[in-house]
Amino acid sequence: MQWPLQIIYFSLFTSLYTSLAQQLPRESMEWRRSYGRAPKMIHLEANFVQFKEELLPKDGNRALLTFPFLHIYWTDCCDTEMYKASVKDDMLRWQSTLRLHGSVDWLIVVVESEAKKKNKTNILPRTSIVDKIRNDFCNKQSDRCVVLSDPLKESSRSQDSWSAFLTKLRTLLLMSFTKNLGRFEDDMRTLREKRTEPGWSFCDYFMVQEELAFVFEMLQQFEDALVQYDELDALFTQYVLNFGAGDGANWLGSFCTPVKRWSGLLLRRPIDMEKRELIQRGEASLLDLRSYLFSRQCTLLIFLQRPWEVTQRALELLHNCVQELRLLEVYVVQGALDCWVFLSCLEVLHRIEGCCDRAQLEANCSHTVGLWTYATEKLKSLGYLCGLVAEKVPTSEDLNRTVDLLAGLGEERPETVNSLQSPYKKLNEALSSVEAFEKHYLELSHAAMEMYRAIGRMRSARLIGKSLAEFYMKKGDPERAEGFLDDSLRSYVAEGWSLQVTHTRKQMAECQKLLQQTEDYLQTSALLAGDANLTVEERKHFCQEILTFASQPPAPSGEHTNTLMAAFAQLRQMQFSPPGAVVHVGAALQLELRVRCLMPVAMQVEQLAATLHFSLEQGGARGRAGSAQRRAGHGPQGQGDGVVLFPQGSPLAGAGMGASLLPALELYEMQDRSPSDSSLTSTGVVCKNMHLLLRRHDSSASLDTPTAGALPAAVAVDDGAQMLRARDITLQPGDNSILFTAPTGEPGSYTLRQLCGSVGRVQFVQSHIYPVVQYEVYSQEPQLTIEPLSDNLLAGIPQKVTFTIATGHYSVKKGDALQLSNTDSMPILHSSCCSATVLSKRMGESALSIQSSEKVTSISLPPTPPYHTLEFQLEVLCHIPPTPFKPDIERLTNGEVRHRPKNHSHADSGMINIDQKVSIDCPWSIYSTLIALTFYVPFKARHSILSAGKRKYIQVCLQNVSDTNFHLADPVLTERQPTVSMELLSLNVKTQQPVCSQQSVFCLWEMRWAKPLPLCLHCAFSASFAPVSFQLDRVSVSIRKTQKTLFFFFFPLKAEISPPSGDQHCRTGALCGLEVSITRQAEPSETEGEEEESTEIEGLRTTKLMYEVVDNSSNWAVCGKSSGVVSMPVAASATHRVQMEVMPLFAGHLPFPNIKVFKYLPHNAVPAIQPDTDSCLENDTISLLDKGLDDQGDTASIRSRGSVHSVGSGEQQRGLPMPRLEPFSPGQVFYWSQGRQVLVLPVTDDHVMEVNVT
Amino acid sequence: MAVCIAVIAKENYPLYIRSVPVQNELKFHYTVHTSLDVVEEKISAVGKAMADQRELYLGLLYPTEDYKVYPSHMIIVYYTPVCMFFILIENILLYRHTRYGYVTNSKVKFVIVADSSNTSLRDNEIRSMFRKLHNSFTDVMCNPFYNPGDTIQSKAFDSMVSAMMVQAS
Repeated sequence: MQWPLQIIYFSLFTSLYTSLAQQLPRESMEWRRSYGRAPKMIHLEANFVQFKEELLPKDGNRALLTFPFLHIYWTDCCDTEMYKASVKDDMLRWQSTLRLHGSVDWLIVVVESEAKKKNKTNILPRTSIVDKIRNDFCNKQSDRCVVLSDPLKESSRSQDSWSAFLTKLRTLLLMSFTKNLGRFEDDMRTLREKRTEPGWSFCDYFMVQEELAFVFEMLQQFEDALVQYDELDALFTQYVLNFGAGDGANWLGSFCTPVKRWSGLLLRRPIDMEKRELIQRGEASLLDLRSYLFSRQCTLLIFLQRPWEVTQRALELLHNCVQELRLLEVYVVQGALDCWVFLSCLEVLHRIEGCCDRAQLEANCSHTVGLWTYATEKLKSLGYLCGLVAEKVPTSEDLNRTVDLLAGLGEERPETVNSLQSPYKKLNEALSSVEAFEKHYLELSHAAMEMYRAIGRMRSARLIGKSLAEFYMKKGDPERAEGFLDDSLRSYVAEGWSLQVTHTRKQMAECQKLLQQTEDYLQTSALLAGDANLTVEERKHFCQEILTFASQPPAPSGEHTNTLMAAFAQLRQMQFSPPGAVVHVGAALQLELRVRCLMPVAMQVEQLAATLHFSLEQGGARGRAGSAQRRAGHGPQGQGDGVVLFPQGSPLAGAGMGASLLPALELYEMQDRSPSDSSLTSTGVVCKNMHLLLRRHDSSASLDTPTAGALPAAVAVDDGAQMLRARDITLQPGDNSILFTAPTGEPGSYTLRQLCGSVGRVQFVQSHIYPVVQYEVYSQEPQLTIEPLSDNLLAGIPQKVTFTIATGHYSVKKGDALQLSNTDSMPILHSSCCSATVLSKRMGESALSIQSSEKVTSISLPPTPPYHTLEFQLEVLCHIPPTPFKPDIERLTNGEVRHRPKNHSHADSGMINIDQKVSIDCPWSIYSTLIALTFYVPFKARHSILSAGKRKYIQVCLQNVSDTNFHLADPVLTERQPTVSMELLSLNVKTQQPVCSQQSVFCLWEMRWAKPLPLCLHCAFSASFAPVSFQLDRVSVSIRKTQKTLFFFFFPLKAEISPPSGDQHCRTGALCGLEVSITRQAEPSETEGEEEESTEIEGLRTTKLMYEVVDNSSNWAVCGKSSGVVSMPVAASATHRVQMEVMPLFAGHLPFPNIKVFKYLPHNAVPAIQPDTDSCLENDTISLLDKGLDDQGDTASIRSRGSVHSVGSGEQQRGLPMPRLEPFSPGQVFYWSQGRQVLVLPVTDDHVMEVNVT
Repeated sequence: MAVCIAVIAKENYPLYIRSVPVQNELKFHYTVHTSLDVVEEKISAVGKAMADQRELYLGLLYPTEDYKVYPSHMIIVYYTPVCMFFILIENILLYRHTRYGYVTNSKVKFVIVADSSNTSLRDNEIRSMFRKLHNSFTDVMCNPFYNPGDTIQSKAFDSMVSAMMVQAS
C-alpha cells in the first residue's frame, strides 16, 4: 500500500496528469532534514487530486496521509481579456480559499501553446499573461508561477520547459513536505510530552506516530519507519514496567482486560487493518497491540532484508508478552498463552520460510531454532494441560479445556484457509486427539533437535531429547526413552554436572526397571544409593532395591549378577605388611585394604575377593637384592612404606572430573656418577610422566563422543586360580578396613587384578585395580659371605671377619658344619668366645664350636630355620710373605718373586695386597665355595747402603702405608748366611717406636768386618709391630718383615790432582796432572762372577772397566783422552792408575771433575740376566760410543740405529759385535775424592787492572 | 538481583554454582548447562577476531520465558601473567534487551541467571556484577592453597555471591 503525497490541483489538464505522476518520482532529490539528521536522497511520489473545498485540512488536523502538500493552478489562458475577465477572479478565489486554510504551498502553471498563439495574434508580447499573473499574485515569489510550453509537443523547447517544470515541482513539493513534516513531528513530540496528563491515550499517540512511520515507508525510508515503531514499542514497554513498579496510567486499563482472543500473530498482511482499527478505537488488548506492532516491525524488517532479526525479536516479543501479561496481572485462560505463543512461533517461521529459500534457512538454523524449541515447549505444556500425554484418554475436563482454548483462536484467517500447513490447522489438529498430538509433538521435537545438532548445540539437543524421553515415559514407552536418557546421562557424566546426573539417573533407573534390565538397574541403583545429592530416604530406597534383588533365590544357572564396584565402594588405599611387599616363600604377607563404602546403610558382604595374577618372574630368586623398593612405591601415589593410595575422584563427577584432574607428578631422584671414579657429576629430579602432564589438554571437551559411559560394557569376572579372600564382612557406610592374607606359596610376582564383593546374587566387581598393586614372593639359595669387620684387612695382624649365612630355603640342621680348608699363609685363629647370631625377628645367640685339624677347620653351625641370617665372627691372620716387594730388588733377586703375580699395588694408598682364597665346604652344596679375602700389607721397606769413608752402613726405611698407626719394636737385621767376619751393629733405639699412618721409620746398622768384604750380602730384616690401639705386650705375635738385601762392595776410586811440576799450586791455563786410581777391594763372589765380565787374558782374570772424566761445570778442560778402558785384575787390592791432564779454566777453589766408572762388557759377552733390559743397555752403549759424533743425537735415532742392529740376523750381530757399558749399582763404587776441591791460582800479572778514581 | 550464579571451568564442569530458590536448583543447573552451548558458539564465532579488546561480557544470550541467563566467559591466566588478554563481544542488538558478553582466556565462564520479571536490571548492573565476580574469582585463583580445577570453596567468594543474590530480594 502506498501513500503518495497529496497534490491538489485546480482545473487540471487531464492529458498531463498521467505523465506528470509517472515522471515526478524518476529523479531523486536531496532531502535535508532538521535536528541534524543526515540528508538523504529520496524519490517523491505524488497523487494528484482535483480541488475540492472539503479536501483542504481543517485547522489542527495534521493527518499527514491526506495532507495536501502543494496546490497547483493550471491555466492555458493566453488572452489578456479573458484573463482579466474570468481567470484572474478564479485565481483570486482559489488563493483566498488557500489562505483561509493556511496553505502557503501553491504553484500556478501557465500552459502556453503555439496553436493558441497563432490564433490570437494581437497579443502583445510584453504584457504576457505570465507577467500579469506574476504581477498579480506572486509578489516577491516569482518562482511560484511557471510557464509550461506545449507539453504535448515533441519540440526541444517544450522538453526544456517540461523538465524545468518538473524540477520546480519537486523542489516545491519537497520544501512543503519538509516543512509540514517538521511541523508534524513537533506536534507529535508535543503530544508525547503530554503523556503524563490524565487524558492522554497511548492509542491516539500510536496512531499519530504510526502516520509518520507510514510516510517514511512511503518514501522508502524503512529504517526511519522502523525507528518509529521501535519508539512506540519502547514507550509501551516502559509504561508496562512503570505499571509494574506501581505507577499505573489510566489508559493502560484497557490493556488489562482479560484476554479473550489468542489467535497468534498475523504476519501475512502488510497492515492488519482489523487490529489497527481496534487500536484506533482503543479496544485492543495487549496481545492485539503487541501483535500489530510486531507485524509492522516484521514487515519493515523484511523490507530491510533482515529476516533473522525477525526471529530474534519474535522470541523476545513472545517472552516479553508472557512477562507483561503476568506483570499487568491480566487474566488469561490457562493454556491460552501457550496457544498464542505456539501459533505465533509457527507464524513467524512460516513468514521467514516464505521470504527465504531453503539453503538460507538451513544456514541460519541458529536463528530459527529458538522458535522451534519454544513452540515445542508450548505444545508440550498444552499436551500435558489437555491430558494428551498420559497413557489414558483425556477426561471430560480435559476436553472442556481444549474446547475453550480452541474457541479463543476464533476463525481461521482467510489468508491461510487454503494452506494445509497453517499454524491454526496444526494447533487444531494437535489438540484434537492423542495420536495427532504425538505426531506433531514428535515432529517439532525432532526438527528442533536436528537443528540444534546441525549448529553444534549438543547440550540443547540433549535437553530436548531428555524431555522427549520424559514424554515417552509418560506414554509408557521406556524402550524409546532409554536411548535419549542414556545419551543425556553420558554427556552429563562426561561434563561432571552432578545434579543433572542424579536426576537423569533417577529417570534412567525408572526406565530400566520398566524394561527389566536387571544388571543395568542394579548398577544405576547402586550409583544412586551412593549419590550424595539424594536424600537419605531415596538412597535407602535404592539400596533396598539392591538388597531385595540380592536376597532373591539365585538364578538356576547359579550365575551372579555383576555390577561395577565403583558405585558401591571406592578403594582408598592398600597397605602391605611387611611394607616392602617382597617376601620369601611361605612367609606371612598381609594386605590391608581400605574401602569407602558409599551405601547409606551397612552392607553385609559375604565375600570380598581379589583375584591375583601370578607370573613366574625370573627375578623371583633374585630375592631382596633387587626389587624391594621398586615394588612398593610403584604407583604414581605410592609411598615407600608399602602403601598404595588410589586416586580419588568425586564419586559422581566421574570422567568429567577425572579429565580435569591432572595426573599426579611422578618425581624420581636422579644421580649421575662418572663412570671412572664414581664421583657425583650431576643430580636432579626427573618427572617420569611428563608426557601425560605436558600433553595438550583439549580446551573444549568434546561432547560428541563422551568417552566415559554411564554404564560401561558388561563386567567380566575372571576366575583367577589364586585369590585374596575375606568372608562375611560388614561394610559400614564410610571407610572400612579389610585385612587379607596373601598367598605366598610359590615364588613369583602376584598382581592384584580384580576386586569382587558378593552380596547374595549380586557381585560388585572392580574390573581392574589401578595403580598396579603387586607383591613378590621369592625363593633364595643359601648364601655365604665373608666380610671384614673393618674396611680393609691388613696382613700381619689378627683380624676379625664376619661370616654371614643367609639360609634361604635351606634350614640348617643340627650337626651341619662349615669345613674350611686351612692354608699356611692364613691360619684361622681360635678364639674362646665364638658365638653365632641368628638374625630373625628376634635375635638369638648360640654357641659355635670350632674344631681344627691339620687340614680342615670345621665350624658346626647352630640349627637355623630357612630365610634367616646366621652371623658369626672369626679371627684370621694373614702372614706377610717374606718377600721383598720392590721391583728393582726383584730383578736382582732373579725372579724369585715371579710366582706371586697377584701382588699388586693398591690403587690409592700404594699398599700391596694379597688375595687369599678360602675354600669352604657348605652343608647345602656338594661344591666347595671359594671366597677370596684381600689383605693389605701395611708396610713398605726400602734399604740403602751408606758409606762414610771405609765405614759402611745399611739403612732400612720402613714406611707405613696403611691407615692404621703402629708400634714398631725390635728391628733386627740378620745375615742369611752368617759369617764370622761380618758384624752388623745396630744403631737403633731399643724402645718401641710409633709409626703413624703414612709415616716412615728409619733403622740403621753399621757393618763391621774383619776380612775383606764379601761382594754380596743377603740380609733379612724383621721387626715386631702391633697396632697402637693394642697394648704392645699383648702382641706376642710380632710379625717379621723379611727382606733380602744384597749389595756389592767394590771399587774405591781416588783421584788426585797434582800441579805442574815446579809449581806449588795449580794455575789457570796451566796443565795439571790428574791421577785416578781404582782399587778392587774384594774378590767377586761366585754369583757375581757370572755377572762380572771377566776375561781370561794369559791366565789372569781381568775385569774391564771404562772410566770417563766429565766436567759439567766447565771448570776444567780435559786435555787428551778423557775416557778409556782399563783392565782390572780379578784380585783383591788390585789397583789401576790412570794419568790424565786437565787444565783449570778459572781461579779459585775448584771442585774436582767428575769421574765415572762403568762396567765394560765386551761384545762377545752373552748377557746373563734380564733380557728385557738388554735393549736399553745396548742403546746406552751406542749412545756412549757415538758420543763424539753426535752428542745431541736424539734417542729415537739411536734407538732406530740400535734396532737396525738388533733386527739383523744373529750372524750379523755376531759379525758386528758391540761392546756394552753397564753402570755399577749404588754403593759399588766409592768416590774418595767426591767433594774435594783444589786451589787454583790465577796466572801472574799478565793483566793490569786499571782503577780510576775521579 | 541474580537468582543463580555459576562459575564453569574450561572443561565445562561447574566450579561453583549457587541458586537462590533452592527447590529450583535442578532447573537452574539445566539452564546453566544448556547456556554453555551458546557461550561456546559465541566464543568460537567471535574468538579470534576480537582478541585484544577488553570486554569479556557476552550479553544476554539465552533468554527463557522465566529467566534471563547472562553467560560470561572469562580470561584468567592462572600461572603465567604473559598472555592476559580479553575479548570483547560486541553488543549484538540494541533493542529491548541488550545482549552482553564476558569472555576470558582460561575459558572459565561465568553465568548469571536473572529473573525475567526483574525488569529493573540494567545492562550496567549486570556488567558490574560480572566484574565483581571476576575480581573475586581472581582472588580465589590467587590463593596459593587453591588447586586450579577444584570446586571453589571460598568463604569470601561465597559471601560475595550471596551479596549479589540478596540484592534481588
